[in-house]
Amino acid sequence: MQAMIKVRGLTKRFTLHNQGGVVINVFDGIDFTANAGQCSVLYGESGSGKSTLLRSLYANYLPTSGDIFVRHRNEWIELTGSNGQKLLEIRRESIGYVSQFLRVIPRVSTLDVVKQPLKERGICDADATEQASLLLQRLHISERLWALPPGTFSGGEQQRVNIARGFIADYPILLLDEPTASLDKGNSRVVVELIREALARDVAIVGIFHDVDVREAVADTIFHVNPHIKSSIDNLQKRVQA
Amino acid sequence: MNETLTQSSTQNEPLLDVKQLTKLYSAGKGCIDINFDLYPGEVLGIVGESGSGKSTLLNTLSARLPPDQGSINYRQANGDWINLYQLPEAQQRHLQRTEWGIVHQHARDGLRMGVSGGANIGERLMATGNRHYGDLRATALRWMKDVELDVSRIDDKPTTYSGGMQQRLQIARNLVTHPRLIFMDEPTGGLDVSVQARLLDLLRNLVTEMGLAVIIVTHDLAVARLLAQRLIVMRQGRIVETGLTDQVLDDPQHPYTQLLVSSVLTP
Repeated sequence: MQAMIKVRGLTKRFTLHNQGGVVINVFDGIDFTANAGQCSVLYGESGSGKSTLLRSLYANYLPTSGDIFVRHRNEWIELTGSNGQKLLEIRRESIGYVSQFLRVIPRVSTLDVVKQPLKERGICDADATEQASLLLQRLHISERLWALPPGTFSGGEQQRVNIARGFIADYPILLLDEPTASLDKGNSRVVVELIREALARDVAIVGIFHDVDVREAVADTIFHVNPHIKSSIDNLQKRVQA
Repeated sequence: MNETLTQSSTQNEPLLDVKQLTKLYSAGKGCIDINFDLYPGEVLGIVGESGSGKSTLLNTLSARLPPDQGSINYRQANGDWINLYQLPEAQQRHLQRTEWGIVHQHARDGLRMGVSGGANIGERLMATGNRHYGDLRATALRWMKDVELDVSRIDDKPTTYSGGMQQRLQIARNLVTHPRLIFMDEPTGGLDVSVQARLLDLLRNLVTEMGLAVIIVTHDLAVARLLAQRLIVMRQGRIVETGLTDQVLDDPQHPYTQLLVSSVLTP
C-alpha cells in the first residue's frame, strides 16, 4: 500500500495582525498518512481544522511548522520547501482539489470550466470536450446549461460542475471538501460511484464528508483532526472497521 | 534526442532573473532589493497601493529606467542570457520591439495617436523589415479581429477610439511580433466595468493561447486573482510577501497583505 501523502508534526496558527495580533490555534503537531487506493476521511467538529488541513495539503494555506510530503513523479516532495513552479507542477499533475464552494472565473462556460484541467495538460480540445460532456451527463447537468457560465446556477448544480472539474483529470491524489453538501440522494450516489471508481484506480483520496451515509459508503480510515473534542468518534470507527 | 533534452530543460529555466534590484528617487521612494524570477508562460502579479514602488519596478524591468543597483538577466529566444543594462541602448530597444511588449495604463503612452489603427499595429513589423503593404494590412486586419476591434476602424486614428478600444489596439500593437514577455501597468485602470471585464477575458485567453509570460502591475486584487499565478506584494518599495496567488490571498502572512485582502469588497 503506497503512501501518497505524509504529514509530520503539522501545526497551523493564524495570526491576525490587524485585529490586535490575535492568534487562532487550529491544530498542533498532526501526523497523518494517506495511501493510494484508500479514502481517508478527515473528521471533527465544525471549526476543528478539517478544511484547514485539506487546504494545507494543496498548498493553499501555509503551515506554521511541520512537514507535508507528497508523492510526485515517483519522488517525495516537501511542499513548504517548494517554489511556485514546483507547486504549480504538483497541482497540475499530482493533486486535484474539489473545494467546498465553486469559485470560477466569470463568463466562462460550464463546459470550458470542466475541460480546463485537461487543457492544462495539453489534451486536445475534442477529447477534452468529450470527457467533459460524459461527466456532466453523469452528474445530471442538463445539456442546455453547458454553454452557460455556472455563476447563476443553483448551489447543487454549481457543486456538481465543481465535482466534474475535480474528477475529470487523472490525479493520483484527490482532495474533496464536502463534495455532496448541496446534493440530493441521487446525485450523492453518483459522487460515491465516482469516488469508488477513483479508489479502484488506486487514487489516494482525502475527504471531508458531513453526510453520514456517504462517509460510511466510502471511508477506509477516519482521521480525527482535533481529538480533544470528544464526539461519536468511537461508534464511527467501530462501524467503519467492521 | 539532444533537442528534446534541451527543450525540457529550458522549460524549467527562468525567462527573467532579477537580483537585488534597487532604484530610489529618495528615501523609501522607488524599489529596493527586489529579487525574483519569471518562467516562460507564467503570469506574475505585482500588487500594492499607490507609492509602493510597483510602477518604478516595472519601468526598471522593461529597460526604461536604469537601476541604482542590482541586475536583470533575460534569457533570449535563442537561449542566450543577457544582462539587460549591459546591452547597448539600440539592442534594448530592439528587445522592447520584438521579444517584449509593454501595455501602458494610458493608451496614449503606448500608441502613436497621429497615425491610423492599422499603422499602429504594423509599425513593429515595419521596424523589423517587413515592407509589403498588402501583408501588413492583412496582418493588421487579423489582429484587429483577434482583439475584437471593429475592422472598419483600421484607417481611423486612435484619437477616435474609445478607451477600451485604445487598450485593445495597444495589445494588438504589442502582440504582432509574438513577444515572449509582456509588461502591463494597470491595463484596465479607468475603464468601465463591462469594458474591463471583456478586456480581462481577452488578456486571459491570449496569454493561454500564445504562452505569454506576463508581469502585470495592479492595485486591484480581483484582477490579480483572475490573471496571475504568482503574486508579489509591495509596500514602501520592498517585497513584503510572495507566493502562489491563491495562497497569498487566502492565507496572507504579512500584516500589510492581510490589510489589503481585508480591505477589498470582493477579494
